[in-house]
Amino acid sequence: MSLLQIKNLSVEFGSEKNPFRAVEGLDLSVDQGEIVGIVGESGSGKSVTMMAMMGLLEGQGRIVADELSFDGKNLLTISARERRKIVGKDIAMIFQDPMTSLNPSYTVGYQIMEVLKVHQGLRGAELKARALELMELVEIPAAKTRLEAYPHQLSGGMSQRVMIAVALACNPKLLIADEPTTALDVTIQAQIMDLLVNLQKERNMALLMITHDLAVIAEVAHRVAVMYAGQVAEEGRVPQLFRHPVHPYTNALLSSIPEHSKGARRLVTLPGIVPGQYDRPSGCLLSPRCPYVQERCRAERPGITAHEHGAVRCFYPLFEKKEAP
Amino acid sequence: MFFFILRRLGVLIPTFFGITLITFSLIRMIPGDPIEVMMGERSLDPALHAAAMKRLGLDQPLYIQYFDYIGNLFQGNLGASLKTQQSVWSEFTTLFPATLELALCALVFATVCGLLAGVVAAIKRGSIFDHGVMGISLTGFSMPIFWWGLILIMLFSVQLGWTPVSGRLDLAFDVQPQTGFMLIDAWRAEMADPEFNAGAFKDAVMHLILPAIVLGTIPLAVIARMTRSSMLEVLREDYVRTARAKGLSPARVIFIHTLRNALIPVLTVIGLQVGTLMGGAVLTETIFSWPGIGKWLIDAIGRRDYPVVQNGILIVATLVILTNFIVDILYGIANPRIRHAK
Repeated sequence: MSLLQIKNLSVEFGSEKNPFRAVEGLDLSVDQGEIVGIVGESGSGKSVTMMAMMGLLEGQGRIVADELSFDGKNLLTISARERRKIVGKDIAMIFQDPMTSLNPSYTVGYQIMEVLKVHQGLRGAELKARALELMELVEIPAAKTRLEAYPHQLSGGMSQRVMIAVALACNPKLLIADEPTTALDVTIQAQIMDLLVNLQKERNMALLMITHDLAVIAEVAHRVAVMYAGQVAEEGRVPQLFRHPVHPYTNALLSSIPEHSKGARRLVTLPGIVPGQYDRPSGCLLSPRCPYVQERCRAERPGITAHEHGAVRCFYPLFEKKEAP
Repeated sequence: MFFFILRRLGVLIPTFFGITLITFSLIRMIPGDPIEVMMGERSLDPALHAAAMKRLGLDQPLYIQYFDYIGNLFQGNLGASLKTQQSVWSEFTTLFPATLELALCALVFATVCGLLAGVVAAIKRGSIFDHGVMGISLTGFSMPIFWWGLILIMLFSVQLGWTPVSGRLDLAFDVQPQTGFMLIDAWRAEMADPEFNAGAFKDAVMHLILPAIVLGTIPLAVIARMTRSSMLEVLREDYVRTARAKGLSPARVIFIHTLRNALIPVLTVIGLQVGTLMGGAVLTETIFSWPGIGKWLIDAIGRRDYPVVQNGILIVATLVILTNFIVDILYGIANPRIRHAK
């Protein structure tokens, strides 16, 4: 059984009558020790999915799913109190903007020790020693003095290391990294990614990496789910999916990487934008932008179907490479 | 931080001169002079009037009077009341504890209720409670103090008879002013003579409740609104999401991670309320016959007691300025980003 199992998850916002579905019929599973990437444009529902799972939507969104379980526990039915025993301990999360993710009024040490105190009941010298150990684990130089530092005294990269220390404090089984490097400099990005991947290997924890950086996913992930407009468009193992994308959206996404654009050709783009609340097509959500669109795509919504290397949500997947008409 | 304090102190000097100039000229713009008011309806021989004015130095041109006044100030001489011949400073120090007691109780009432109402309104945003609190606080903010005081007296003192109408303590008790704070003095008197002074403390509390509520209403409304909007802003911050993602209890998320940061602007507002409280004390003390500096100043204006008005207001203004100054420093302590700024 998978560590994290999500089946047919939908998250709706707004009124009952005219809801906006930020996530629709999402399936996802993560096994222990596995790195799974979720890629997609802004507004494709990547973060909302994770927030829903963590219980961070605070009653704003309506969450419906056939299954939403972690480590054998049903996250849909457990009480908020039970959920808080899992969140921050067995599932930890780091966020996009480390500079604003730490509380400016408390020292770094306090914010690390807080989790240890709440979840593991550590006190006194033991608590301090463990916090220092975590600071050293995430390779923060002069860790001892940095425990007393306030977040505004740290750089973005250092702040993200502190966030990772907080997340790893209770040895989580699953770490969710929501665009962990987006707000950082390129050189720091690589350092933070290396740190995350090393820690993942060391501890054999599951890592769920949300990003829109395909290169990062290609390098580190075992499996990847491509999201579009709140749905998983395609899911598969990493080398295969990148070599032979079968969903037109994945295909377009990969051809828009500058390295793939050979010679003096213009960079390939997919015209249009992700549909929002008011312009959701009745058929396949990609149909207004899809170069391979057929009559059926405009009328019906495709379900997700499994194939040899993964699964795809398309009536006419690109098993044989064809040129866009 | 040292230069910050020095800079703030530098700004105070022109403010002081501004205050002296304003009070000096305003009180002289009111028709009548101390001698006339003292004599009342009875007519006074113009020669006697002129002699009295000369004795008080009020026959001099205004600019000379002003420079005399400033000169005395620099020598630390605040002058004496024209009526009692007591020095302004000693009258002030006798009466100030009464005002301070009232203002502190009003501020505690406003802060405790305001913070609670603001926090709950922010957490339950959009609920009936939220709309109720915001509606009531808007009403409270717009309420004229004298009208609100009279309404409360009519209801609780006259109709229901729950609280006394005016004063600080029933005459039946024998309480010697020691600290000047009636709550403390009454408590000590009751401890010293439990037979005779039974119930003195409770009586002091009952006298204090209505004026404290009246005086605290506007600050309460301001604090509640400020707390609510500040909380709502902080609740949207990334670090509050981080706190939730750490699996912390809602109480911890609200009080440790949200309120602490939301308090920073609220603290400034609470500091600014000291001015409102002093202004409000003048009206409140008059309505409730509360023997504090508000009533003292109103009486002094009534009898054109120039030294009391000028220097009484100067002392009060200095206190307000100093409080705001202290709040600025507290602000730095609450906010590490300012504390650590070079």
